[in-house]
Amino acid sequence: MSLTCWATGSIHGVEENEGHSWVSEMLQLPLVVTAQVDLLLVLVSLLAFWTRLSHLSYPNAVVFDEVYYGQFVSLYMKRVFFIDDSGPPLGHMILAFGAYLGGFDGNFVWNRIGAEYPTTVNVWSLRLLPALCGALCVPLVYLLTLELKFSHLSALGAAVLLLLENSLIVQSRFMLLESVLIFFVLLAFFSYLRFHNAPSSSWSRYIWLILSGVSCGAVVGVKYMGLFSYLLLLVVASLHTWKLIGDKTISHRNVCVQCVHRVLCLVVVPVLLYVFWFYVHLSFLNRSGPHDQLMSSAFQASLQGGLSRITRGQPLEVAYGSQVTLRSSVSQPIPCWLHSHKVNYPIRYDNGRGSSHQQQVTCYPFKDVNNWWIIKDPGRQQLVVDTPPRPVRHGDVIQLVHGMTSRFLNSHDVAAPMSPHTQEVSGYIDFNVSMPAQNLWRVDISNREAESEVWKTILSEVRLVHVNTSAVLKLSGVPLPDWGFRQLEVVADKLFKAHSSSLEWTVEEHRYGTSQEQKEREAELHSPTHIDVDRKISFWAKFVELQWKMLTVKQEESEHKYSSSPLEWITMETNIAYWLHSSTNAQIHLIGNPVSWGVANLSLLAYQLLAVVYLLRRRRGLKDVPDGVWDQFVCLGCVCVGGWLVNFVPFLLMDKTLFLYHYLPALCYLYLLSPALLEHAHTHLLSSLTHQRALCVGALAVLLSIFLTYRTFCPLTYGSPELSAHQLQGLKWRDTWDILYRRR
Amino acid sequence: MAKAECTPKWNTLALRNRKTCPTPEKSFQTTFTPVSKDKNSQTAGLLAGGDTQSSNGPSGQFVARGSIESPSKVLLMLVAGLSFSTRLYKLTEPPHVCWDETHFGKMGSYYINRTFFFDVHPPLGKMLIGLAGYMSGYNGTFPFIKPGDKYENQNYWGMRGFCAVLGSFLPIFAYLIVLELSNSCTAAIIAATLLIFDTGCITISQYILLDPILMFFIMAAVLSMVKFNQQRYRSFTASWWFWLVLTGINLAGALGVKFVGLFVIVLVGLNTIGDLWRLLGDMSLSLVDIAKHFLARAFALILLPLILYVTIFAVHFVVLNKSGPGDGFFSSAFQSRLIGNNLHNASMPEYLAFGSTVTIKNLRIAGGYLHSHWHLYPEGVGARQQQVTAYLHKDYNNLWVVHRQQDSQSGNPDLVRHGDIIRLEHKETTRNLHSHLHEAPLTKKHFQVTGYGINGTGDANDLWQVEVCGGRKGDPVKVLRSKVRFLHRATGCVLYSSGKTLPKWGWEQIEVTCSPYLKETPSSQWNIEDHINPKLPNISLSVLKPNFLEILLESHIVMFRGNSGLKPKDNEMNSKPWHWPINYQGLRFSGVNATEYRVYLLGNPVVWWINLASLGLYLTMVAVASIATQRGFSLGQQRIEHSLVLVRGGGLLMLGWLLHYAPFFTMGRILYFHHYFPAMLFSSMLTGLTLDILFRSADLLLHPPYSHWFQRTGQLLLLFSILYSFYLFHPLSYGMTGPLAHEPGSAMAGLKWMDSWEF
Repeated sequence: MSLTCWATGSIHGVEENEGHSWVSEMLQLPLVVTAQVDLLLVLVSLLAFWTRLSHLSYPNAVVFDEVYYGQFVSLYMKRVFFIDDSGPPLGHMILAFGAYLGGFDGNFVWNRIGAEYPTTVNVWSLRLLPALCGALCVPLVYLLTLELKFSHLSALGAAVLLLLENSLIVQSRFMLLESVLIFFVLLAFFSYLRFHNAPSSSWSRYIWLILSGVSCGAVVGVKYMGLFSYLLLLVVASLHTWKLIGDKTISHRNVCVQCVHRVLCLVVVPVLLYVFWFYVHLSFLNRSGPHDQLMSSAFQASLQGGLSRITRGQPLEVAYGSQVTLRSSVSQPIPCWLHSHKVNYPIRYDNGRGSSHQQQVTCYPFKDVNNWWIIKDPGRQQLVVDTPPRPVRHGDVIQLVHGMTSRFLNSHDVAAPMSPHTQEVSGYIDFNVSMPAQNLWRVDISNREAESEVWKTILSEVRLVHVNTSAVLKLSGVPLPDWGFRQLEVVADKLFKAHSSSLEWTVEEHRYGTSQEQKEREAELHSPTHIDVDRKISFWAKFVELQWKMLTVKQEESEHKYSSSPLEWITMETNIAYWLHSSTNAQIHLIGNPVSWGVANLSLLAYQLLAVVYLLRRRRGLKDVPDGVWDQFVCLGCVCVGGWLVNFVPFLLMDKTLFLYHYLPALCYLYLLSPALLEHAHTHLLSSLTHQRALCVGALAVLLSIFLTYRTFCPLTYGSPELSAHQLQGLKWRDTWDILYRRR
Repeated sequence: MAKAECTPKWNTLALRNRKTCPTPEKSFQTTFTPVSKDKNSQTAGLLAGGDTQSSNGPSGQFVARGSIESPSKVLLMLVAGLSFSTRLYKLTEPPHVCWDETHFGKMGSYYINRTFFFDVHPPLGKMLIGLAGYMSGYNGTFPFIKPGDKYENQNYWGMRGFCAVLGSFLPIFAYLIVLELSNSCTAAIIAATLLIFDTGCITISQYILLDPILMFFIMAAVLSMVKFNQQRYRSFTASWWFWLVLTGINLAGALGVKFVGLFVIVLVGLNTIGDLWRLLGDMSLSLVDIAKHFLARAFALILLPLILYVTIFAVHFVVLNKSGPGDGFFSSAFQSRLIGNNLHNASMPEYLAFGSTVTIKNLRIAGGYLHSHWHLYPEGVGARQQQVTAYLHKDYNNLWVVHRQQDSQSGNPDLVRHGDIIRLEHKETTRNLHSHLHEAPLTKKHFQVTGYGINGTGDANDLWQVEVCGGRKGDPVKVLRSKVRFLHRATGCVLYSSGKTLPKWGWEQIEVTCSPYLKETPSSQWNIEDHINPKLPNISLSVLKPNFLEILLESHIVMFRGNSGLKPKDNEMNSKPWHWPINYQGLRFSGVNATEYRVYLLGNPVVWWINLASLGLYLTMVAVASIATQRGFSLGQQRIEHSLVLVRGGGLLMLGWLLHYAPFFTMGRILYFHHYFPAMLFSSMLTGLTLDILFRSADLLLHPPYSHWFQRTGQLLLLFSILYSFYLFHPLSYGMTGPLAHEPGSAMAGLKWMDSWEF
């Protein structure tokens, strides 16, 4: 302890000192380098590295959510495109970078928790980066407490609380993202406070501001939850800026400059970085993969393989005589293509309603030769493309001929099979029943830029407006019964919702037809497409589409065996079993250190009580503490209690499946709060020496018991040594915890 | 104090500005001193209008109060006249049930018939509708089955008229509130005009709905709060008490109509906290004074509304004493109060016996009856066996037969006792209640419960051990009164109702599971409700009648469950909160086709878009004003007043808007366009205040005669555009017939400015 007395610098301070002394003493010999090293800081860092990094590759098996993140790491290694709605890509990229360092080739099937890793997978490197981040949190908390203007002892206390928190250790030691998130959050706050506390004359403080902005970008890039911590930092920063604006000793110009700096570093930099993560993500993942189908045709065509292999080299402009497949813009639940086949609508449906008994037109979710349609000029008979091709433009009237059956796409005032308020769409057959063909469709390009825009493959989103009834061709999405082979119903709708993607169709596969005869044409339709042009959509279009899809893709909500509700986290009513040895009782659980959690909750309560009492008394003009200390106290509350609130309250409003580990960022703020509050009580609340001593003894006793409980739960944290069923029973401190026993 | 705070600040400012403008400094200081002296009284006058004395009518631009009085009275009459005439015009058309009238009209009738029902909203609104109907001669016989039903000879005008009259008060209240907050007739008249000529406000006021009643109470509460704020320097006088108590009464009214009233309670609460905070900082008041202030507010704003609210429920329960459609939502004890319910003065065998047919009700509030039906769990959800659920309505499928482990026929029915092993057979489908080590469909930590076996023959997983809570081995099971738990023999888990709603395949009934966590909670406790055993004598049971507080608590929990259970259906068009301020899409009140009489709830787009723009404008103006103040720029007297009105009055309205709008973003329940209307009222008032100050600040850019012209032109232009747009869109409220808007020949041709509007 006595070391703190002279060790005032920090690791970061050291480099500066070194630099100064080096420059000033360069000319004097002998060459002397003086450095101040905070040995406490070094000590806690070493301990942190030891607790987080030792035996990192044990257990050599897939642990809990590694099974989830692992699949994305594999996809990164193979550069295959994917969508994950759980968070922005930076987190996945960091994990993938770790895998890359270890030479992981992506050849591992992440299919179940507990599966053993083969020797080819370097488990240590997969888990290294999260563990490093987790270890670095400990010194960061130490430094952050110092920046909050509390003593080294408080800093040590906060570091020890974090160091001996079993749940943080568990969460850091595997390929998971919480430790990365916590690291960046702490870094952002630390560097911002460093900037704020530095004298306004020094220019080097802007490095800290930029670092803070970068960390904010990383925070939001790792998990969406980070957004709330970022907002809190912005609030703190704008409060400080507001004070700056009110400071009339500074010139207007200076104030403007300072405000601009802050906005640039804390708003512009994070936003740019956030986009940058996506840029890297998209430029890395350039191969088609399992999630292609969720994206638009244009997006898919920009990926190697998949759709682009089929569509590469297609002619861009749709012309009269073109052979096309029309994909509906609705890609959920499954994408589908406009389809027809040689089967008619049943004369009477099951409910007794009649139909036109003409050929069925449906939407079919698989590639098929019956998805081909030919675009025909109503005024001419030919079904081949002229030379030069006559492109179809917005507003043109066309007919659509089904390639295999030569029926015309038709609609009329007959109720559709499943959605009777809309019109039936059929392949027209003339039954001589005074039902004339109504097969003219107007091309309405909804994403056009000019009025005479040409219909383009993949890029144009087209509505087909029925000329006779002004209804629009629409995918209703209702599966037809057995007579329609369970394909999806297509209708023409007069009363449609604007901007509904079910009205939009895109030409996906396309070629210029050359064969006039039906037989030849059928052969042509069966042959694959060809020709070569490179089509690209801009990064921004891809970014916007991907971001939108990530936010709107709905995963099926289901409860997990270990999911829990936010209110259970405060009292740690719940735990998560991460891993169980395949034959013995050795197991890893996410269980926090119960004593530390108690301390955290107590300090949260105590701070709020104290704050209320202080506020009320100050309002009556009774200042219990001097203004400087009050500012320090408020700042502590803003960062710590505020941080806890923004990382906890949003979960109460969420409809998602939630786990105990979601609480860990909030918990870290409380660990920051506890020792600082204790110091505040020690110096400002307790006047008599005996009370102060009693407090110190109490604090020591609590620290000791924290250490003991840490030791007690170590077997469940590190997965070794194996415990007997009886010992495990003894560790079940709460009835609601699920601890696994193997029956022998 | 104000002086102590302000003077030095202004002095430093003057010093800093000396170089640039030496003359203003002098004149400024001279004008400033008197101002800061009577600052208190001035702010009082500034923030409130009405009946303060006009003695200190401040200098210059500020219109003396005497001269404000008379035009404001005339304008108030004008507002009232216009408001009533627009709301009452064509009130009885269309003469059929429109939209939610089918619910609220029906519930009004229930009050007249004294039939018990269940609704997710508190009862005051429907009670008032019922009362209005009763007073106007409606006899409660119209069934209100579905929208579009013709009223024929029923007296429905009374209920509609009542709602319309309450709706007509909204512009009047808005006028008074804005007048209080800004002390400017122009601002007040702008706010009132926006509301009078908004087609949405007219439409929503004209039908039998809860919204006009709710909004009436919300606005009345805000008005009395504002009036009360203005009484701050006359504490504990009669008028002070009057407005305070009136605020409390209106809060109770708002909450009594819909839970949305909670938002206005929060608004008043925050305002009161701010007020108390100000008092606490006032060192001239002793702590005893502050305690008095605190207690007065606690009484009038917490205790009084609470008492009134509870009274509303008391009336509700006293009036509705007949069994009706809502019984099943409530516990057995509750049902026994209702005349006509089979538990009312029930008579059945007292102790559960083998061979009895029973219904088993979960003790969780709104827990439902143990239920099964001829449908299997779908593939992928546990074992593909018959579903077992909890169901809130009374139904044949709730009946179960109690069997022994092995059926041995004996003449005398034996009683079921604590610790006995039983088999529960579903009466309709003859399957046994069964559980096994499969995950439950929703609560994955629990096991699945199914119906298994044919004609009562199953396997060992069909056996359950009966446990009477707090009982010992051998205790019999009392019907209705014993709390029973069913422990699964094979796995040791306990029969449990999780309260989660199953998806469509489970008919949106409630999940039943077998929980391995054996803690005693109401979710795992059941009671025997109906009990039929012909071999046993029936005994009249006087069920323990629940006391009033239990009933109150129970009905609230049932209401909250019902509210959160209103989830959007898959195929239904769900309105999103961001749609609302931009007037993206309305609601069809009546009619769809060209041949029908159509009424479409949609705000007057001009009014709504002005409101939207004003929100942005307000934020900009406040930002500019507060930065200027913080930076210490010298502002003129008038400018300071304006920024005070903006920050205080505008801040209150902005807060009101936020409180009535933002919470909807976090709600999981289904949302409709009309949920925005309370927020829209606040938004319109804010618009009045903002635009007025904007026009008056014209002299920042223009010189006096021009700025005055600009002000007048702006006001006239605003008035004209509102009136003209009302003329264009009035058929939305007063009914349209003929072709739809996108077809030629329609009366609304060319007015479909957004594709998403459906008229």
